Amino acid sequence: MNSRLDPRRILVTLAAPLMAIVFAFIITSLVLFAADDPIVDTWTTILDVGSQPRSISLIVNSATVFYFSALAVAIGFRMNLFNIGVDGQYRLGVFTGAVVGSAVSLPKPLHILVIVLTSMIVSALWAGIAGILKVTRGVSEVISTIMLNAIATGLIAYLLRKVAVPVAGSNNIGTELLPGSARIGGLGLIPDSPVKIYGFIVVAALAGIGYSVLLSRTRFGFDLRATGRSESAAVASGVNVKRMIVISMLLSGATAGLVGMPVLLGEAYSYSLAFPAGLGFTGIAIALLGRNHPVGIAIGALLWAYLDVSGNPLQILVGFSSEIVTIMQGVIVLSVVVAYELVRRFRISQEQRRVARALEAQPAPREPQGVGA
Amino acid sequence: MVANSDVNIAVTRGHVHAIVGENGAGKSTLMKILYGMQRPDEGSIAVNGKTVTFSSPSDAIEAGVGMVHQHFMLADNLTVLENIVLGSEPRKGGLLHHAEARRRIEEIGASYGLDVEPDQLVEELGVGDRQRIEIIKVLYRGAKILILDEPTAVLVPQEVDELFDNLRELKAEGLTVIFISHKLDEVLRVADEITVIRRGSTVATVDPAETNARALAELMVGSELPSPETRESTVTDQAMLTVSDLTLRTSDGRALLEDVGFTIHKGEVLGIAGVEGNGQGELVEAIMGMRRAEVGEVRLGDEDISGWPTRRRREAGVAYIPEDRHRHGLLLEAPLWENRILGHQTQEPNVSGPWIDRKGARKDTQRIVEQYDVRTPSIDVFASALSGGNQQKLIVGREMSGTPVVLIAAHPTRGVDVGAQAAIWDHIRTARREGLAVLLISADLDELIGLSDTIKVILRGRFVADVDPSHVTPEELGSAMTGAGASA
Repeated sequence: MNSRLDPRRILVTLAAPLMAIVFAFIITSLVLFAADDPIVDTWTTILDVGSQPRSISLIVNSATVFYFSALAVAIGFRMNLFNIGVDGQYRLGVFTGAVVGSAVSLPKPLHILVIVLTSMIVSALWAGIAGILKVTRGVSEVISTIMLNAIATGLIAYLLRKVAVPVAGSNNIGTELLPGSARIGGLGLIPDSPVKIYGFIVVAALAGIGYSVLLSRTRFGFDLRATGRSESAAVASGVNVKRMIVISMLLSGATAGLVGMPVLLGEAYSYSLAFPAGLGFTGIAIALLGRNHPVGIAIGALLWAYLDVSGNPLQILVGFSSEIVTIMQGVIVLSVVVAYELVRRFRISQEQRRVARALEAQPAPREPQGVGA
Repeated sequence: MVANSDVNIAVTRGHVHAIVGENGAGKSTLMKILYGMQRPDEGSIAVNGKTVTFSSPSDAIEAGVGMVHQHFMLADNLTVLENIVLGSEPRKGGLLHHAEARRRIEEIGASYGLDVEPDQLVEELGVGDRQRIEIIKVLYRGAKILILDEPTAVLVPQEVDELFDNLRELKAEGLTVIFISHKLDEVLRVADEITVIRRGSTVATVDPAETNARALAELMVGSELPSPETRESTVTDQAMLTVSDLTLRTSDGRALLEDVGFTIHKGEVLGIAGVEGNGQGELVEAIMGMRRAEVGEVRLGDEDISGWPTRRRREAGVAYIPEDRHRHGLLLEAPLWENRILGHQTQEPNVSGPWIDRKGARKDTQRIVEQYDVRTPSIDVFASALSGGNQQKLIVGREMSGTPVVLIAAHPTRGVDVGAQAAIWDHIRTARREGLAVLLISADLDELIGLSDTIKVILRGRFVADVDPSHVTPEELGSAMTGAGASA
């Protein structure tokens, strides 16, 4: 869209997240003040995190994982589907991927491909259950995906007992370690950092581009967005909404299947009880933050990861509480949702006014106003 | 009582004062100013001789000015009583004082002849009842001046009659009604005075007893009126759209359509006359494939398309101008060029293969904007920014693109001003001459009689009469629609 480059439009778009962050900063400071915690020191500690190479690496790595999760949620959002089940989907996917990966032996790129595809397919099918239930029985995907999360938790716990081996040096259990042919080496992108960046970050970038191209450049994407904007208009235009619901859920689930991959293939090499959980819910927050836009989501993921990582030093220092970060994240999400809605309304009324003005300026205005009944 | 600087209107207490004008003539803006939703740049408003400034609707309500919007603002899952008191509840011990609320609603109902059942859920109610609730809501807040914005747009004729009875009752009780409309015959029936607005200023205030619809329309447009008359017949003997034995029922077995059948030939316009809600909507949806008929067949040319999904029908050349453009015709929060693609997602010039062809779609949108005179500064604005008439022109332009063979047009000129109406009629006539088969559904009987080659009357889901448009008057057609007159 040409008008995307309009500076005023960009300003309006940026206004909402900036407002939300400023607002969250104020609220968080008030909380610190009320709790009699050191306000200035807390903020300098948080800001300081951004200047340490090690922290930067951790932030980029977390953000990579969040990115997939938020993208998976965003695919649903664009169609007015609330896939709350990304959490269960990715855990089931990564678990199956880890089991299959440790059971087969293949040459390097193929081995990785098999694990990734297994995870994506399992996650997609798990999400697909919610899609099928919605189109055949009218079950809200919110309810069914929440339930599927709970079922996935139980299912994984049960199956893990069957295949698990003890993790050395702890009472943790997990799947067998993946061999070298299934591991992706890290990238030393951040100078002076002891932590390497997940090689899987490349896939994240590709997924972002793929998402963008799919939604805004293809017929399928048009149908998907049309359904999200107005289901009745989409039906009248010939979109098979039921089919779209199932496909979108499968697509969202397949993307969810990528969430666990950076950690599995680049760091943990096994699915254990200690494998990060709850990433699906973070994804919902980040998708909201990033307005379902691939670049917005990337920025949102980085911000979220930044706040997450900045909780670490607060935890260690005496007299500080790292929970303040969680409060800040919560306030950001809440205020960003409100701010976006305000900006959306502002934009619609602005545009109506702009059209009315432009038409008034035209030489032969039979319809001088854009507001006729 | 009410005045404004470039628009001068004086409304007398106890009158029904109608304001008529084309789309975009400034009716809605005027109403927004009167109701405090928009500030006037200049001029003043006086109520009962006292100058007032409204900076918000609550100021207007305080001064006794209430507004009934065209689109109802009711909560479906609340009862009638709850909806009426919402926001100004009588309270007792912090809770809603039901008895008091009921007493006041019944009082209003009795004194103005507005019957409602306070405990019914709003979702169970029809449009006419909902409108009555909106009126009571305004009266409940103490309004003495009521503004009704296009109140009859959503009503069937019987409901319009009821509304007008209610308005007369209100008038008799000393209330003042400002009635915005562009349905001239209705305005003539109910108003005591009529003010015509054109291009944002008042043209004339006339006495309905001394004028007629045609004279009013000419005042509105400022020139001679076009007519929908079709001159020569272009009907061929080649059947384009054949519907036979179509039957459709609700889940509880009530027939929405029963044994409906007709054939439209190449170059023919078949008009369907009927009071709204007698199965026209279902008929259109069945032909478009948005709804499956249990029995019956739809053929396009020689092919049975009954089992085809909507998209395949559209690809085969069935164009569709929906009755409700906001629900079925547009993506309001999408730019015009994306709306050009809607409904034609698989067709040139919008796509090439699986890809959206932005350049092609944009170029063709520009063509539609020019050919159909869509007033917009650019094709990048949201569809919601256009006036209703311009939205309609965009839809008509879109549906006429790509040489359709059949056009299903439900109220193609609804909400469109007189000038654009004539242009749309011209486009339909030209396409018909080139062989387009048109199914025309319209509440505008002049349009129906003027454009159609044949007219069928639908009543409760059945065709009850065939009418020859060259020998029928709107009055005769109107009585056939209600089941009186013409033989079934």
